[in-house]
Amino acid sequence: MTWTATDIALMLGKIVLLYAIILTGAAYLVLAERRILGFIQDRIGPNRVGPLGLLQPLADVIKMLTKEDMIPTAADRLLFSLAPAMAAIPAILTFAIIPLGAPVQLFGRQVHLQIADLNVGVLFFMALSSIAVYGVALGGWASNSKYALLGSIRGLSQLISYELSMGLSLVPVVMLAKSLSLADIVNAQAEMPFIVYQPVAFAIFLVSILAECRRIPFDLPEAEGELVAGFHTEYSGMRFGLFFVGEYINIISLGSLASLFFLGGWRGPLLPPVLWFFIKVGLFSFLFIWVRGTLPRLRYDQLMHLGWKFLTPLALLNILVTGWWLALR
Amino acid sequence: MLGAYLPILVLVVIACLFGLGSVVFSSLIGQKKPSQVKLAPYECGCEPVGSARERFSIKFYLIAMLFILFDIEAVFMYPWAVLFKRLGMFGLVEMGLFIVILFVGYVYVWKKGALEWE
Repeated sequence: MTWTATDIALMLGKIVLLYAIILTGAAYLVLAERRILGFIQDRIGPNRVGPLGLLQPLADVIKMLTKEDMIPTAADRLLFSLAPAMAAIPAILTFAIIPLGAPVQLFGRQVHLQIADLNVGVLFFMALSSIAVYGVALGGWASNSKYALLGSIRGLSQLISYELSMGLSLVPVVMLAKSLSLADIVNAQAEMPFIVYQPVAFAIFLVSILAECRRIPFDLPEAEGELVAGFHTEYSGMRFGLFFVGEYINIISLGSLASLFFLGGWRGPLLPPVLWFFIKVGLFSFLFIWVRGTLPRLRYDQLMHLGWKFLTPLALLNILVTGWWLALR
Repeated sequence: MLGAYLPILVLVVIACLFGLGSVVFSSLIGQKKPSQVKLAPYECGCEPVGSARERFSIKFYLIAMLFILFDIEAVFMYPWAVLFKRLGMFGLVEMGLFIVILFVGYVYVWKKGALEWE
């Protein structure tokens, strides 16, 4: 593949557009979460800044940028400064392989609504979700505070445990699609979304991504009742903001992947493909918020038991059953 | 083939600029009134006791080791899953054996109590 000037211009255009979408999306997901949680708890939520509180994300950004940016004396200065970026960067990079819609005709050429259609897309995603662990691990360790250390060790164990069940739950999807490329996986669902064939894999994947996002009921790394704020106890200002943005970008990207792997991505009747994709991602984001407003937090041993003693063997069994079913068909 | 990775490289550079840029920008415009107490590690308002660089439970190391073992096995399954249709029954039996062997190891780990958190 050679790169002409038009290709490069197109690529840069797509990247800028993608940034606009994910940063706006993450900012408004924060607002949506605060409003929806407000309604779930029978209160109003932030509605003062702008009409319906729609300018609240802007106010939050300005607040975070102008807050005092402190580094505790005991902290490891370099790692303490780098850790928030390490948490946010892999979250952004995951979007490189996510197709937002069907290829469109633009200026007489076919444009893929995807930064890069890698033939190892699923592996790329698994690799990035492993790298994302570093932000939590180093952030908590570099703070040199007991709460932060406990939060980061817990987070580390939780993330790697659930990565296992997440990885195994995707194997049947790859078996059905016969490809690791995300565009191919979506195209393989032209007749029927994979959730119909793979409800068990979908359930395992959904629980695992909730744990990967460190959201309630799996928010033990930052359990505020016992660890203050967990691994980001010592963070302030924009460094805290980056952890925060990373978490919400993660929700959007994992929701996108869930809809790509199981709900047929951009496919749907009547409405344009991109709209369908945003509707599905919106549904997953809402589900994440809803779960947060509804469920209590698990205990740490329950969390590890669920991952290791239930989801992992179930995912292995699911692979065998799917293989058997596909071979007989 | 490697050309497909150029956009990802560009995205990596921009993401790093975004991450580092926002931290640097915020440290430039944020106010700064440091004091010794403010910069001490947070321990609910009490004087910090000792260092946080302490030893923690061996359980966590064990989980990390198990993760490496099982995650490598999981990665082995991806190429098999892509070629599954072409391999047919042979592929299924081979992978069945592989998963059974993996499962024996898993049961051993369970019985040894590596997955307990008491």
